[in-house]
Amino acid sequence: MQVLTPLLETKNLKKYFPTPSGRIHAVDGISLSISKGQTLGVVGESGCGKSTLGRTVLRLLEPDAGEILFEGESILGVDKRLARKKFKDMQIIFQDPYASLNPRMTLSDIILEPMKINKFLPTNKELDDRVNELMEIVGLAPRLYNAYPHELDGGRRQRVGVARALALMPKFIVCDEPVSALDVSIQAQILNLMMDLQDKMDLTYMFITHNLSVVKHISDQIMVMYLGQCIELTSSDELFKNPLHPYTKALLDAIPIPRLRSPGFKRKSIQGELTSPIDPPPGCRFAARCPYVTEACEGRDIPLREVEVNHKVACVLFDK
Amino acid sequence: MQEKLLDIKNLEVIYSADRQTVHAINTISLSMNKGETLGLVGETGAGKTTLALTLLRLLPKQNGRIIGGEVLFQGHDLIKATEADMRLVRGSQISMIFQDPMSSLNPVLTVGEQIAEAIRLHMNLAKDQIENRVEEMLRLVGIMESRKNDYPHQFSGGMKQRVVIAIALACEPDLLLADEPTTALDVTIQAQILDMMQELKEKVNTSILLITHDLGVVAEFCDTVAIMYAGEIVEYGTAQDIYDGEFNHPYTEGLFGSIPDIHSNANRLNPIEGLMPDPTNLPSGCKFHPRCPKCMEICKSTAPAVYEKDNHKIQCHFYAQSEKRE
Repeated sequence: MQVLTPLLETKNLKKYFPTPSGRIHAVDGISLSISKGQTLGVVGESGCGKSTLGRTVLRLLEPDAGEILFEGESILGVDKRLARKKFKDMQIIFQDPYASLNPRMTLSDIILEPMKINKFLPTNKELDDRVNELMEIVGLAPRLYNAYPHELDGGRRQRVGVARALALMPKFIVCDEPVSALDVSIQAQILNLMMDLQDKMDLTYMFITHNLSVVKHISDQIMVMYLGQCIELTSSDELFKNPLHPYTKALLDAIPIPRLRSPGFKRKSIQGELTSPIDPPPGCRFAARCPYVTEACEGRDIPLREVEVNHKVACVLFDK
Repeated sequence: MQEKLLDIKNLEVIYSADRQTVHAINTISLSMNKGETLGLVGETGAGKTTLALTLLRLLPKQNGRIIGGEVLFQGHDLIKATEADMRLVRGSQISMIFQDPMSSLNPVLTVGEQIAEAIRLHMNLAKDQIENRVEEMLRLVGIMESRKNDYPHQFSGGMKQRVVIAIALACEPDLLLADEPTTALDVTIQAQILDMMQELKEKVNTSILLITHDLGVVAEFCDTVAIMYAGEIVEYGTAQDIYDGEFNHPYTEGLFGSIPDIHSNANRLNPIEGLMPDPTNLPSGCKFHPRCPKCMEICKSTAPAVYEKDNHKIQCHFYAQSEKRE
């Protein structure tokens, strides 16, 4: 078996946002590790802190506590300007291809900009060749070289976002809901493109999404988040075959599948909504909606523990 | 024979913009029976929302135009109806749930006032009866009646959508147009809303036209399905025909191939190549031919006729020809 070295690790990472009524626990003690060439899927509903996590590991947001290791070295505490060198290897693709491209720059300028800033190639000719190469890699026609973002549809815009993220030959890319704003047929094209690029360039992804069926396709490991905490972490196959946490089960049940159900089928949907992330009391944060709630769920934090090989879950149901 | 509630015949709608003409709906015929739930499926720009707005005659006045066809609702042509007649229809006989619950409620009125407004306009009730009806509607969609004096910003997204549904159902409409009612919501909330709509459908016996791009939602909810592409209905049939049928329109097959399925282990998706055609410049012949894997010579020049088998309709040369050969 091949030994997988972790490319990115976080240890007990925390990010809180102060508000007048208390602190929002957006990311609350996340420890994760992504091996080289692998994809970690991060799944959760809106407000669970998944985007904050993605931005914090890139230091686009400064964490309040914890560690971030990239290739074994801490990227925290280092002066931001010095850390830039590392950041070249870490890129992000944003959710909304309509808002993440500068409307006053042409496609080629958008793709060129990171290379210019980092003095990636010495001559203009080489830079220009690289832009053309990137456009070809992501499937953008050469005639779009001087086009502006408003001339493109969502799918092509997202390809520009991908090309820009690839420009500096990164090792690690945070993909923050890259296909959520796209139509299904276009979504499939972009997902295929991202998987091909991963194979070709040995990329490592952290793939953030609310859509479990998308994440199944692209991930090796999946982390399920609920109100800032990781509640289940395991391989993609295992999660879909054998989900343990009641919330994960509820999420899986809630997905409408494109197939006819037998007559009389009744879904077990969970009631209630997300509770407030502002200074939550100790205890399981899902307890208020959980059908299996017991007294043991409240009063103390529930740690994430390995209950089976490579299958971690934070739930008292699995305490021995 | 079941009673026809809605019968759309050869409807055509255009938008004019900057000397260009956007062909939003191109000769659509579609009918719905009483009590039926029809799923209207298509991608962005297929003309789904335009169709719903046309039924309510709510197209933007400056540039939207109905250039032909009939919309028979309980036997009356809505296209010929006067504005005053339409006002009586909207909200009482046909009502609509809009996509975004965040922006379809008035932020300066309490939710109780907003539900009462529809009731006051269309039902001849005394003041205290209206209040009772408001409370009844809130209970029906699972909100405590004590919250009727709260404002929309005090509710979460899922709760707001419940309020919107309460408004839409307040006057017991014969037809409910639901335009992507759960798209803006999280999956667990979506499941709650769908369960609730399912229950309401049985209780209130309203016909529902559900507009969505999610074939999963349709599978759970609809009796019949219409697949829309570039302003046309390319396939129509019962849910059985669409999901388990022997044959489908190539576009429908493409849609299914594009959905990541949590129950399959396939690694790559099979998307439809290319993009939706530009509605100001639609391709000749079959509008899907530039993206179609089964494209033949005839598809490029001649618009296909509807091939029909046991009320399962497919607008495609491929099937029309295989029929002839048999």
